[in-house]
Amino acid sequence: MKIQSMIWKELWQRPTSMLTSLVAVTLGVAALVAIQNIIVFSEEKIAGDLESLGANVLVLPPSVTLQDYYSADMHGHTMPEEFVTRLALARMPGVENLAPKLCIEATVDSIPVTLTGILPRSEFQAKTTWQGVGMFTNAVGTDRGCCATGIDAGDDDPNSLATTRTIQKLGERDVILGPDVAAQLGATTGDKLNLLGEDFEVLTVLPATGTIDDGRMFAHLHSVQELSGAGPVVNVIEIMACCEDAAGSLITNLSAELPDTRVITIAQVVETQVAVNGLMSKLSWVFFSILLLVGGASIASVMYANVTERRKEIGTLMALGASRRFVTRMFLGKAAILGLAGGFGGFAFGTILALILGPQLLDVSVQPMPQLLAVGMFTATVVAVAASFLPARHAAGLDPCLVFNDA
Amino acid sequence: MYELKSVTQTYERRGQTVTALDHCSLEIPDNDFIAIVGPSGSGKTTLLSVLGGMLAPSTGEVLLDDESLYNLSIEERTALRGEKIGFVFQSFNLISWMTACENVQVPLMLCGQSAEQQRERAMELLDRVGLADRTEHQPAELSQGQQQRVALARTLANDPQVILADEPTGNLDSETRQQVMKYLTEFHDDGRTIVMVTHDQETAAFAKRTIRLVAGVTQELNIADAA
Repeated sequence: MKIQSMIWKELWQRPTSMLTSLVAVTLGVAALVAIQNIIVFSEEKIAGDLESLGANVLVLPPSVTLQDYYSADMHGHTMPEEFVTRLALARMPGVENLAPKLCIEATVDSIPVTLTGILPRSEFQAKTTWQGVGMFTNAVGTDRGCCATGIDAGDDDPNSLATTRTIQKLGERDVILGPDVAAQLGATTGDKLNLLGEDFEVLTVLPATGTIDDGRMFAHLHSVQELSGAGPVVNVIEIMACCEDAAGSLITNLSAELPDTRVITIAQVVETQVAVNGLMSKLSWVFFSILLLVGGASIASVMYANVTERRKEIGTLMALGASRRFVTRMFLGKAAILGLAGGFGGFAFGTILALILGPQLLDVSVQPMPQLLAVGMFTATVVAVAASFLPARHAAGLDPCLVFNDA
Repeated sequence: MYELKSVTQTYERRGQTVTALDHCSLEIPDNDFIAIVGPSGSGKTTLLSVLGGMLAPSTGEVLLDDESLYNLSIEERTALRGEKIGFVFQSFNLISWMTACENVQVPLMLCGQSAEQQRERAMELLDRVGLADRTEHQPAELSQGQQQRVALARTLANDPQVILADEPTGNLDSETRQQVMKYLTEFHDDGRTIVMVTHDQETAAFAKRTIRLVAGVTQELNIADAA
């Protein structure tokens, strides 16, 4: 027999009190693990969403709110296309590319589709007034040491739309299909589609990107404006700015240039989301602390009760030669087991909760995070041992004379 | 050899000083068998606690093999207790959630023996007290007499030089009492010193000497007085 086996055996003699303490510790760790897990994967998802968005600055009609961000070009609000010209002429430092868009609902063979009008770079270059700007033909930011690489103006591959959000050339009756919508319509490159009463030829089917673009059709902005009767308007101007510094100073310049618009930088969105996540993260630590304190108090209470209940047993052990250190170790060992078990149980429970609730409530896929196991087990053990320290000291200080019958 | 030199033990109770032992002097040679008798509250248990190194006297000195018990640190006294002193209690004080074998293993575990050594020795001792077939039983599954025999086996685990017994037959019927006293006599015959507190004259009769304790003062009785 060893002290470990002795502690383990005693633990199961009073399962109710042990389980009460264990549940309190487990809940504390589970709260931390579940919330942290969801936050981390939520941040990753947001980062992925932002990356897939391509642009890092959006110019939107003023009535569009931040909440509409993820459906920025499907909000139904418009602004004059002339804003694009103004931005191009302003030659703002840091602007690498402009991508105006107009999104409308249309049908192809009675199948509803989302049609996005885009402006190919050749249109910019064709306009005499813009040629002087040199935009999209030079690596705009390189002279400021800002952008490492510029958009390759010479890339004629229509599939570049999937990665760079821009396309060099696009005919007035060309259409580009996202892979989902292509599959839905059964269309491939070279097919003819009747759209808004006109025949369009499928220029290409884009590779899958995992974004909303997979379910969209892209046509020339001016064709969409003309055929839909919307006139010279756009829903959004996506701006690819060179880097954070450029984007940071850019927002002021953009707002000054286009006061009747809403300018959103990724930094704002990220900051908002990061702030929300940070709050949640802090809250999870608050929950964790409160629940662990409750768990610690519960363990302390159970340990004191345990010491009182086992006074004669402790006295007997001391009479038989158990040192104070041994008695202290006996109680702290028990606390450590409760802490480790609570930490592990809390990690398992919290991870399961996150795996279930993440996708259901927040549409976030969650994976177990082993580092939280270490945090949970370490903290729960420290709290359990700290909470048991005084009861253990009390036990070690008991008078061994109480073993005698009339003591 | 035990030696108590003018040991006085006083307690404070509700503002009053109670004298449990009053300048008590006593010599207990090796392999002695002493019965300590006396009315309730006369200081018998206090004397046993002092002898066991668990209660430092207010004044006086307690020597075991010429070593002053209470000049040792608490940890040293605890170690010495585990090594040289065995206890027998009226209510056996077995640990309820351990088997008979594990109860006997406890003192061996405390002095650092390996699990195999502990188990081997525990089985040997339980066999000696006639409980070889009850080694895996918990105390609640044993009779009172069997429990006291497990406790006796536990007392012998570390082969103590001295056994301090507090009313060892107090909870037993007359037949079991005889059995337990037979074992204690055997342990004495093995060369151990036995100091036994008892109310029972029949039990005291097993001892070589009887000391009466009245109001904290020891009086040696001759065999005729004790009877």
